[in-house]
Amino acid sequence: MARPNKPSKTHSTDPQTLPKAPTGIQGLDEITGGGLPRGRPTLLCGSAGSGKTMLAAEFLVHGAEQYGEPGVFMMFEESADELAQNVRSLGVDLAKLQQQKKIAIDHVHIERNEIQETGEYDLEGLFIRLGHAIDTIGAKRVVLDTIEALFSGLPNHAILRAELRRLFRWLKDRGVTAVITGERGEQSLTRYGLEEYVADCVILLDHRIADQVSTRRLRVVKYRGTQHGTNEYPFLIGARGISVLPITSMRLEHTASTERVSTGIAGLDDMLGGKGLYRGSSTLVSGAPGTGKSSLGASFVDAACRRGERALLFAYEESSKQLLRNMGSIGLDLAQWERDGRLRIDASRPTLHGLEQHLVHMYDLVREVKPSVVVVDPISNLTMERDDRSLKPTLMRLIDYLKQHTITALFTSLTSDSAADVADSQVGVSSLMDTWILLSNLAGNGERTRTLQVLKSRGMPHSHQVREFVMDDKGVGLVDVYLSGDRVLTGTARVSQVAQEEAASDLRRRDHERRIKELANHRKAIDAQIQALNAQADERAGEVEFAIERERLNAESLTARARAIARSRDVPPPRPIAAPTAKPARRSAK
Amino acid sequence: MNARATTTRPTGRAAKTLDEDTPGVAEWQLRLYVAGQTAKSMAAFDNLKRVCEEHLAGRYTIEVIDLLVNPRLAAGDQILAVPTLVRKFPEPIRKIIGDLSNEERVLVGLDVQPLR
Repeated sequence: MARPNKPSKTHSTDPQTLPKAPTGIQGLDEITGGGLPRGRPTLLCGSAGSGKTMLAAEFLVHGAEQYGEPGVFMMFEESADELAQNVRSLGVDLAKLQQQKKIAIDHVHIERNEIQETGEYDLEGLFIRLGHAIDTIGAKRVVLDTIEALFSGLPNHAILRAELRRLFRWLKDRGVTAVITGERGEQSLTRYGLEEYVADCVILLDHRIADQVSTRRLRVVKYRGTQHGTNEYPFLIGARGISVLPITSMRLEHTASTERVSTGIAGLDDMLGGKGLYRGSSTLVSGAPGTGKSSLGASFVDAACRRGERALLFAYEESSKQLLRNMGSIGLDLAQWERDGRLRIDASRPTLHGLEQHLVHMYDLVREVKPSVVVVDPISNLTMERDDRSLKPTLMRLIDYLKQHTITALFTSLTSDSAADVADSQVGVSSLMDTWILLSNLAGNGERTRTLQVLKSRGMPHSHQVREFVMDDKGVGLVDVYLSGDRVLTGTARVSQVAQEEAASDLRRRDHERRIKELANHRKAIDAQIQALNAQADERAGEVEFAIERERLNAESLTARARAIARSRDVPPPRPIAAPTAKPARRSAK
Repeated sequence: MNARATTTRPTGRAAKTLDEDTPGVAEWQLRLYVAGQTAKSMAAFDNLKRVCEEHLAGRYTIEVIDLLVNPRLAAGDQILAVPTLVRKFPEPIRKIIGDLSNEERVLVGLDVQPLR
């Protein structure tokens, strides 16, 4: 089980520390605080297939290649050819190293049925061979793999034990740093009790199966005179040799970049203060099945590649080809990035390794690819076989590691489809994350829609709104959800609401037009009425004038008649009647 | 197993060939590896010589190789223990380790039929 590590580098400040020979094996030097005890033998024990020979060979090869310490490999089981083949898989050319006199190989072969024993003898021949090999190349390191083979080859164990005791003392006297491998015994560390002779440093390798998943582990059982990590550390024999799970610093001292990188989704960048994520930050995308986690991860990768950066995608659900095809359906052509080497997809079944081995594998790949963006899809699958407790420290190591290298990371996490346990089901890792994006399904109106919200995002203003997450053949994007009253509308509801409101506004527009037209018509009608009234008035005026005229004519004629009568009667004429002169007021319509 | 099986080398300061009048290759080629003139190696040589004289007279050669002088040769015959007697010929190669004090076991080891 992974557990918190204790800092193991405190010894380096101690001037009285034991001189050490670095192994050059990733992680092992951290655990042992610098390597194996220099000038002393170290016992490396473990069951068959636990990686003893590989570790010993790496110790030797790294010494020869990196630390200028030639080494002798004395084999009792494998032949020189077999060893050369084994290390060739790590990219080491043993023959070349032998030619350069950096490594000497001696294969000690004992055929039990060839040997008869009579009387006294000792193993001086072995000493001479070893001494000769050491002298020839000036070796500082020696590997004896597996010296226990002698026990089956030589019948007299009393002599053998005495000689082994002498051998280890002799190795110390020669001042070589020796690694002696031993097969794990039933009761003791080694089958023949080699630990009795090698008391300085004992490293135990273990190959354990838990839940049908095998994990290699390493433990420093004993390291006299120095502080060392005492935990069991998982390790992996990968393409670049052994990697022991590196100890991450428990102090949080990685630098924080202020540079922002796009998530590949414009709408999401907008939600995150308009600029996207901080470079080197870690993001958790959690959601139920089918909420678009992988698509979001793929967009993120696509954006990084588009910027010309390298990206690494760990896929634990889909094969590489399937992923490329599926992402092609939403308009993300990841294949082009994979072709030109910017994108590396590592697809494997989560059950392939134990959790820690996955982590070691990730470290290895990150070291190899040197990406600026890493996506793990999904982390929740890694815990399928395990309890969640071990995921947190493991992820913590990974996140620490990525942060130290300023790699922006995005992890997806599958949650159950119920909305109730949002916070519980994040495999307890959300507190490790800088940004947490929650994808959820909204069901209603006979359909599901995807929504996205930013639950947290450290160090930047971010939107608290729920957005609708849409995927089509042009990619993924965000749409503002429709707020209608106190209801959030998404999907068809949003579309129909928009249509409804559009229709309503159209209706209103028509209504307005109609009312304006009506008003104009009304005005026209009034005008017509006015005209008619004017005409009527004119008519009345004409009548009045006519009547007045007639009355005046009548009056005149009456006066004229009276005058004529008077003239005929010769009486003074009567006073004339005043004719009405006032004309009726006429409106000046028109 | 070893290409040099039949070549006799004049190596080692204690090299000594018996039965010089036998031309060419001897029927029994033995090689004794020792490390210095220790009591054990002297005893081994004396015991071997006695056994050979008794049972293989005139049909053998003994080559003594001192690994302190020629450490390189130890790997060739896969020598671990000293003294080691190697029967190079007749094949197959056989090895006897120890001071050869038990004559019976030496004979069994060399696969020699006792003359008695």
